[in-house]
Amino acid sequence: MIHGFKREDAGQPPSLHPSYASTVPRSPRLPLVRIPHTLTETTGPANAWSRLMGGAMADLTTQHKAMPQGQRIIVSGRVLDEDGRPVPNTVMEIWQANAAGRYIHKKDQWDAPLDPNFTGAGRVITDDEGRYQFVSIRPGAYPWGNHHNAWRPAHIHLSLLGPAFATRLVTQMYFPDDPLIEIDPIANAVPLPYRQRLVSRFDIETTKPNWALGYLFDVVLRGRDETPFEDDHHG
Amino acid sequence: MAEQVNPAPRLDNQDPGLFGQTPSQTVGPFFHYGLPWKGCADLIGDSDIGARPELFPTEHYVLAAPSAKGEVVGEPIVIEGVVLDADGKPVPDAMIEIWQADADGRYADGSSNTGFIGWGRASTSEDGVYRFVTIRPGRVDGRQAPHIAVGVFGRGLIKRLATRIYFEDQTADLDPILALVPADRRHTLMARKVGATWRFDIVLQGEGETVFFDI
Repeated sequence: MIHGFKREDAGQPPSLHPSYASTVPRSPRLPLVRIPHTLTETTGPANAWSRLMGGAMADLTTQHKAMPQGQRIIVSGRVLDEDGRPVPNTVMEIWQANAAGRYIHKKDQWDAPLDPNFTGAGRVITDDEGRYQFVSIRPGAYPWGNHHNAWRPAHIHLSLLGPAFATRLVTQMYFPDDPLIEIDPIANAVPLPYRQRLVSRFDIETTKPNWALGYLFDVVLRGRDETPFEDDHHG
Repeated sequence: MAEQVNPAPRLDNQDPGLFGQTPSQTVGPFFHYGLPWKGCADLIGDSDIGARPELFPTEHYVLAAPSAKGEVVGEPIVIEGVVLDADGKPVPDAMIEIWQADADGRYADGSSNTGFIGWGRASTSEDGVYRFVTIRPGRVDGRQAPHIAVGVFGRGLIKRLATRIYFEDQTADLDPILALVPADRRHTLMARKVGATWRFDIVLQGEGETVFFDI
């Protein structure tokens, strides 16, 4: 018996979203082949993350000689499954642009300053209750070439392995009250109201006096299918 | 005296009415300093493959990972391929991940501190080429032919594409997953032996489009 995972819910974006231009030549046109979950999809390197990647890097502001430029932030939340159960001991990889919206990447042509004190890469591990927290600076918005006068809203990239191949997720976290979200083709690939799942919430409890603004962002991975199925009956 | 809290309604991540799967978003083009570490595409040895450290300054490489891989039993193989778009152009900013069983067909559960994990990641080169060094997996469940689960990420990919690598020299006739794939498309899931390398190209769209799975 294989205990599979739930399928995509209504909030998942399609692969093709033509206003995000590079999806047009890069998304499949033939129908996906639906397959049952076998041992391959229901297992994963969940508990081997530290052997794979190494330990946590939860403070993106202390990786270099001095503090990076920008507004210091604390991002905190939980990793849960669809049934609200915590996903403990799972890894979340983090990467982002600097306060000016510039990535430490040679192909980023945006004419904004690099910050020698900010790489923008980190990694956190959830605790027994699925909680995580990291410290960073608020990334800037930046222009991109998708269409005339296109700007990405400020965002932090998050990558999660979860318990199995089937639960793998890469997403982006946005900030409250950002007027660029509603004109962004990447955020808008997610139908409303589900797009708003990607918008973090400012939180005064997480905020530390005289030090950093706090934001809450929970990540919800696929839950277990309620009914295990015999894996030799492929319907 | 602290200000009285007087919030307006908000539709956001913390709204219980919106609770559900976090939507997928693209990795974008600039993931190289954040995701692939040196050696992440070598599942059995100590080479540096998988990362592209030439894409950012040396002092911003912060992803150094443990090097000890543990002892691995099995037939070492190299898997290589190009990722192509609808126009047949190589995709230089894709990232491939793999998950596979060991030579005996067992998946690591991570509880052991030794042995083969079976998970890897590789960025594509400027020519769209990825490469993994691993071992040939065994038959899984006693029924599934030897295979490797593959996830494809990249700029322009809003969500991961999932596919599988099978091996052309191993009988896959009875594989229950391949049986679900239209017969005339199964060849897109077969790695071919070319010299010492297993070749597996990934065609995102168009002529010879790779079979992707809804999992």
